[in-house]
Amino acid sequence: MCGVLFVALPFLWMILSSLKSLSDFYSFTFFPKHIDWSAYQYIFGQTEYLRWYLNSFIVGIVVTVSGLLFDSLIGYVLAKHRFPGSKVVFVLILSTFMIPTEMLVIPWYVMSVKLHWVDSYWGIMFPGMIEAFGVFLMRQFMFGVPDDLLNAARIDGMSEFRIWWNVAVPQVKPALSALGIITFLGNWNAYLWPVIIISSSKMRTLPVGIALYASADNGGGIQWNTIMAMSTIAVIPIIIVFLIFQKQIVEGITLTGVKG
Amino acid sequence: MDLKAKRTVTAYSFLALPSLFFLLIRIFPTLSAFSLSVHTQKGSLTTSNYHQMFADPVFWHSLLNTLAYVVLTIPLQIVIGLLMAMAIERVERLRWFYRIVYFLPYITSIVAVSWVWRLMYDPNTGLFNEILGWVGIAPQNFLQDPKEALISVGAVMIWQMMGFSMLIYSAGLQAIPRLYYSAARIDGAGSWKIFWRITLPLLNPTTAFLAVTGGIQAMQTFTQVENLTGSSGAAAGGPLHSTVSMVVYMYNNGFQEFNMQYASAVAVVLFVIIMIITLFQLKTISRTIEY
Repeated sequence: MCGVLFVALPFLWMILSSLKSLSDFYSFTFFPKHIDWSAYQYIFGQTEYLRWYLNSFIVGIVVTVSGLLFDSLIGYVLAKHRFPGSKVVFVLILSTFMIPTEMLVIPWYVMSVKLHWVDSYWGIMFPGMIEAFGVFLMRQFMFGVPDDLLNAARIDGMSEFRIWWNVAVPQVKPALSALGIITFLGNWNAYLWPVIIISSSKMRTLPVGIALYASADNGGGIQWNTIMAMSTIAVIPIIIVFLIFQKQIVEGITLTGVKG
Repeated sequence: MDLKAKRTVTAYSFLALPSLFFLLIRIFPTLSAFSLSVHTQKGSLTTSNYHQMFADPVFWHSLLNTLAYVVLTIPLQIVIGLLMAMAIERVERLRWFYRIVYFLPYITSIVAVSWVWRLMYDPNTGLFNEILGWVGIAPQNFLQDPKEALISVGAVMIWQMMGFSMLIYSAGLQAIPRLYYSAARIDGAGSWKIFWRITLPLLNPTTAFLAVTGGIQAMQTFTQVENLTGSSGAAAGGPLHSTVSMVVYMYNNGFQEFNMQYASAVAVVLFVIIMIITLFQLKTISRTIEY
């Protein structure tokens, strides 16, 4: 189907362009005049690209793990425990879902300046540690955990914490992996908050690093080949991971869409 | 302590830390944003931020552009997603291949995508003008033309989002019992009628979900505009404010002009508009159909 071409064309263009030399961009050429790896050499030699990659990775992993832990814990408590005020707490958490981050970035920034969180890993990560969406999703799935299992564990004398970790969590594995993928992906591609909170070059996450490099005045116009090379390296691993885990990813996102 | 009290204590002890988090990170900043918006930079109480906003033509540009992004991209990405999902349903083999390819744009970094499209849009050496040249159409200025820039940005958004719609619709389509189709065929209904009377109404919840979430996302447009139109010299949102979205406007005022109070006011207005649009959508689109 020609739709495939329409979708794949930009990716193709990105890879081809990354192998061109800068002079190739003064006029239109489809293929590079000759394959020029200088853009890639530049990235690894002269920029902090690898550091940006690492930063994105660290932020992504920490936020995802935190989200999974807390969201499943809260979801478990809200779903499986009857106590006064549980509805209120849930509605409160859900209402925060309606608040757009755009409105929060300004107070977050003001707060971060006061607490010296600017330009730090924690500064990048703290807004995303627990997400209302994740709580909502986990709660939905926790409803499906059989009460008998939980009660049996209680009779065996397990502490509530142990019950959550050893009994409830394994029951919702598909939801956890779906949520984990979505959270990681969202953080990997996040731009608005990172670009606000990060100030030094070495703390940049990948999107911020590429964007700021691309729009900076590099003393010679837009360095298209380098930008394309940066983008290619940023995109290829995601594609590979996606190809490997495609079944889970597709199922996961569909799951959240259907339940949401 | 009796059992009920014990349960309550346990529950709240688990919830204590996360609740604190939500209070500090979500609820308190919301109040703070509202508060900031009614203060001047020196700290006195005022509504001047709002007056200034409504008097600024750039603000109105940003508002209209943002609404344009919603109206332009949401229906198209939903419709194209539905068409793709239906087309994939017809294909016998390699379904997974198509699903992956069409979904790839969605998981790709918006920054990377924006810069690739920016290159393709280049008026002098870009791919698009080259292709237009093959069919005899004059070169366009795309991102540099105030009349074309917004649509150009919108095209990038649609390209990235249609895969998501496709995926959700695929799940929705598969959930429709084949029974309905068989029954309709026996009754003599043609494909067109089947689509309008059975498929589409049963996909209503899916469509509603996509419209609402897509609408909220489109209202928050920022990264694409920044990377398609921003540069070291000029702030993003050009040319001539034809692409500036509300978030871009807020960002420029808050983090380039450093007027946090004014930017907060913009953010508050954005929040209110998102609420209104979401409620409106939920009211009009949600209709459940029982068969």
